[in-house]
Amino acid sequence: MSITVVRPGLLTTIQDLGRYGYQKYGIIVSGGMDPYSLRMANLLVGNAEGEAAQEITMMGPVLQIEAGTLLAITGGNLSPVIGNTPVPMWRPVYIKKDSVLRFGTCKSGCRSYLSVAGGYNIPKIMNSKSTYLRAEVGGFQGRALQAGDILETNNSPEISSKLLRKLTKHDPEGAFSATPWYIGENPVPLGSGATTLRVLRGGQFDQFTSESKSRFFDEEYKITSKSDRMGYRLAGPILQLAKPSDMISEATALGTVQVPADGNPILLLADRQTTGGYPKIAQVVQVDIAMVAQLKPGASVRFQEISLREAEQLFFEREKAVEQIRTAIHLRWE
Amino acid sequence: MQTKAKIAVNLLPLGETAIFVEFGKEIKPETHYKIKSFTDYLETHPFPGMVEYVAAFCSVAVYYDPLKVKTMGLADTKGQDVSVYETVAVVVRKILDKLEYSTDPAPRIVKIPVSYGGEFGPDLDYVAKYNKLTAQEVIEIHTGGQYLVYMIGFAPGFPYLGGMSEKIATPRRETPRMSIPAGAVGIAGMQTGVYPISTPGGWQLIGRTPVALFCPDKNPPTLLQAGDSIRFYSISPEEYAAYGEENQ
Repeated sequence: MSITVVRPGLLTTIQDLGRYGYQKYGIIVSGGMDPYSLRMANLLVGNAEGEAAQEITMMGPVLQIEAGTLLAITGGNLSPVIGNTPVPMWRPVYIKKDSVLRFGTCKSGCRSYLSVAGGYNIPKIMNSKSTYLRAEVGGFQGRALQAGDILETNNSPEISSKLLRKLTKHDPEGAFSATPWYIGENPVPLGSGATTLRVLRGGQFDQFTSESKSRFFDEEYKITSKSDRMGYRLAGPILQLAKPSDMISEATALGTVQVPADGNPILLLADRQTTGGYPKIAQVVQVDIAMVAQLKPGASVRFQEISLREAEQLFFEREKAVEQIRTAIHLRWE
Repeated sequence: MQTKAKIAVNLLPLGETAIFVEFGKEIKPETHYKIKSFTDYLETHPFPGMVEYVAAFCSVAVYYDPLKVKTMGLADTKGQDVSVYETVAVVVRKILDKLEYSTDPAPRIVKIPVSYGGEFGPDLDYVAKYNKLTAQEVIEIHTGGQYLVYMIGFAPGFPYLGGMSEKIATPRRETPRMSIPAGAVGIAGMQTGVYPISTPGGWQLIGRTPVALFCPDKNPPTLLQAGDSIRFYSISPEEYAAYGEENQ
């Protein structure tokens, strides 16, 4: 089975859950910006949750898809359609006739994930299929998808065959059939209000002026247009150190909020550098990263401090919820 | 010599999925040797739930999967109501308690051929003029040094090197270049380095090496690792070209 790229969209890349174990060599983690939606897309088609999917950004692609493909679309709603029929998200979709899948207006969120049963047939480099754009390695030939690219897919996993039989039976009309059931979306923020992101204090939090520390929590920050997979540059109250310090480069993490000399914070995301020399004021908790990934430039955020124990608890609750969804999906297939 | 002196550190959370281990506040070989002894240990004895680590000049971040650490029930804290972070902190302290570090280790020496000046080193003459030297003297000083790889970061296999002579120290270019080719050897202030992949940058470029510093298909994928010692040697543009042909 294969998918042919007719139009690539703004930035469509192959991403899995990231390239771990190589940061000590200066090799960035990469991976899906919204790991929750990526995991869900995989679970819905019977893949291992860390299989690679297409990460589709804001303006989606046009894809020619072969009959017989089982896929799922999760994440932000970029109006996927086949013909004139919207393709429902957050559920398995079986393509019955060769079809053209188009993405349209960005209705909510910012990034969609398109997984296929079996995953894309792409070699792992350094134990990951994620695209490392800057170094031009991994993913599909080390780059974003282009018109004419053909993505081969692997055979469907055993586990999805039952579901396939169900989906092929009902609804004889139409180009595709989808299950009536679906899984609940990640709370993708809609509307105009600021999104609250929960944070822990960063390593240099105490070195900031007391005014900077209180304004950081009391006021809003806007995500600027200088935002990409590496990080979001934020605009809002300027943050300053109580006394200038020449920081020595040290490791960063997913969700680190670092502050360069100009005082405008940067929230580090999937393609962050492994090390950095800017003071860290805060650290966004892992469960909120999926939400960040769905915020567009122009959206506002607000930071709320929580304790380390609370952050750990949120982490465990999220993993428990994923486990329950995994079980629920398998029950639906019986 | 081996020393049994206890390694003192500060521990700090780096979010809820990593612990930050600080070995000192200034860049010096002794701090690096302590870090090296810690990371060498982690290489061979990763604790259950550990994902990876990143070593820097004065610190190491150890990343972990909180769920795995919790469910593995590391013996040290069984039965006590402590956070996952505290559990990892106990593990890290236990490791450090038994570690020794060497103050004069025998590093792996990596020799890197460089074609200096000309089209490969467009800023060589500027570096010479800035330091009131001839271009040849800059090359002799640069190839005369031995450089410790303190850390890898910024780009795959990019070494942060210590040990450059201040006689050739030169500030960064006022206007950074949009693209510096892979293999470029440069100077920025008191630092020298080699670019493994093409990136924008403001370094003064004095030469280029034909050696690949980043080989994604090999394991390890980079030529250099923290703790290595580098020596540069001068080759002609012809040797540079021949090197490329032999290694394709």
